[in-house]
Amino acid sequence: MSLQSTPHKLHAGDRFARPSAAAFMGWFLALALLVWSFSGSELSAEKLVRGLPYMGNILSRMFPPDLARLDSILASLATTFQMAVSGCVLGLILSFPLAVLAAEGLSPHPVIRALTRGLIALFRTVPDLIWALFFVIAVGLGPAAGVLALMIDTIGYAGRFFAEAMEETDKGPREALSTIGASRTGLIFSAVVPNAMPSFIATSLFCVEKATRASVVLGLVGAGGIGVELKVAFDLFDYDTALTIILAIFALVVAVEQIGGHLRRRII
Amino acid sequence: MTAHLQTEQTTGAQAPVVAISGLAKSFGTRRIIERLDLAIPQGESLALIGANGTGKSTLLRMIVRLAEADAGTISVLGDEVGSLRGAALKRFRARVGVVFQKHNLVSRLSALSNVVHGVQSRRSGPRTWAQALAPAEIRDEAMECLAAVGLADKAMQRADSLSGGQSQRVAIARMLMQRPQIVLADEPDASLDPRAGREVMELLFRLTRDKGLTLVFVSHHMAHARRFSDRIVGLGNGGIALDRRALHCNEAELAAFFEEPAEDVPAAQPALVFA
Repeated sequence: MSLQSTPHKLHAGDRFARPSAAAFMGWFLALALLVWSFSGSELSAEKLVRGLPYMGNILSRMFPPDLARLDSILASLATTFQMAVSGCVLGLILSFPLAVLAAEGLSPHPVIRALTRGLIALFRTVPDLIWALFFVIAVGLGPAAGVLALMIDTIGYAGRFFAEAMEETDKGPREALSTIGASRTGLIFSAVVPNAMPSFIATSLFCVEKATRASVVLGLVGAGGIGVELKVAFDLFDYDTALTIILAIFALVVAVEQIGGHLRRRII
Repeated sequence: MTAHLQTEQTTGAQAPVVAISGLAKSFGTRRIIERLDLAIPQGESLALIGANGTGKSTLLRMIVRLAEADAGTISVLGDEVGSLRGAALKRFRARVGVVFQKHNLVSRLSALSNVVHGVQSRRSGPRTWAQALAPAEIRDEAMECLAAVGLADKAMQRADSLSGGQSQRVAIARMLMQRPQIVLADEPDASLDPRAGREVMELLFRLTRDKGLTLVFVSHHMAHARRFSDRIVGLGNGGIALDRRALHCNEAELAAFFEEPAEDVPAAQPALVFA
């Protein structure tokens, strides 16, 4: 048979498939959800138009940024970064054993695995601001509450990704070591951790970036750091100082993200 | 496949290292092994051959208890494999070296670290996790194992930078580090080019022969089965369909063992010609 001598044109099928009744219903429900959400948000063009002069007013009062309190702002920024690093590192350290208990094939028992996964999911689904409120009540105002909140938030995130990274590693080396009678700890540290290391590093660097961003807002609920300064500046209508704080936060977050991205590319 | 059973009594007065009796294994409703009896004496090199799905790899996995038998008993090095649990099973597995079709090395670690892992058959703890943590005597022994497979100069090279043949040789070095009493190899030559496959088989045969170890290997290479074994056992029809001394087998006979019955061969399709 020759391809050139094909007797009639081949039909590739319709470009777009007709949606099924279920798909049509799905789209309709999605649209209804969108309309319902906007109706509850009380957002309107009229409000936006009315708010524009106020926005302009705030922005005009922000310029030029006031550098008079730069020293104390930088000190608070340093505290924020300290909170981010210590909370994140504590979280990463605790994430590892929890991830092992939560990983399929490494967890000693399905019940332990389910419980650990549930705990990690709880840590992840409750927002960091709620954890900060909880720890402000538990250990008082200040950076310690922020560190604990960031630690829990990091466990929720890194615990899940560490577990997934370990589950996704090549099972061959694990089986090879299991066959020679290696212990579970031996399997984990010899065959799983080395292969999951690039993923661990990427997740850890992302956690530092995430914790830096999160640490800024934790101060708003009294958990220490530059968030407190920002809240005070807004409360006192000290908008030019607020802008200095916002720019300092921006510089810190961008610096951490850039360094994190560079390290990820270098190490992995 | 030639359906008639070809058997030949094996010689040797020693107690068998592996004794299998009345073994049966199914996957779902599909019966792979119906009844299998096999005795392998100390120091013998035995090639397991057979078409896909006849249970060769499953048999090896059952010997080391990576798969459970439905019926029958497997005795290896004096241990009843089916009755072993927990620490006893680990101790048993430590005595059985296994070389897989895929080398199963930890790709991001050095060849030396991968060989050091073999010591986990008899030791545990952080000093067995990588070459950098290992005590001098373990490192030295791992280097000797690498030298035995001709790769001492690649010790610090990452496993994922080695060729397929070199990786399989590192896997053999890891198996030597284990100090096994019997070696099982599941198609160690399958994923390699003909030359690397032959080298790996030569190495495996020479090392086990030098140490007087029993070797049981699966291979689809009839030349390898003949050259590197004392005895060839062919699986088929749910059991042993051929059991001969390798010296007495010729290639034509082995090739005939794999021949499909004529009615199973699909009719040839006309070739598609691209003008």
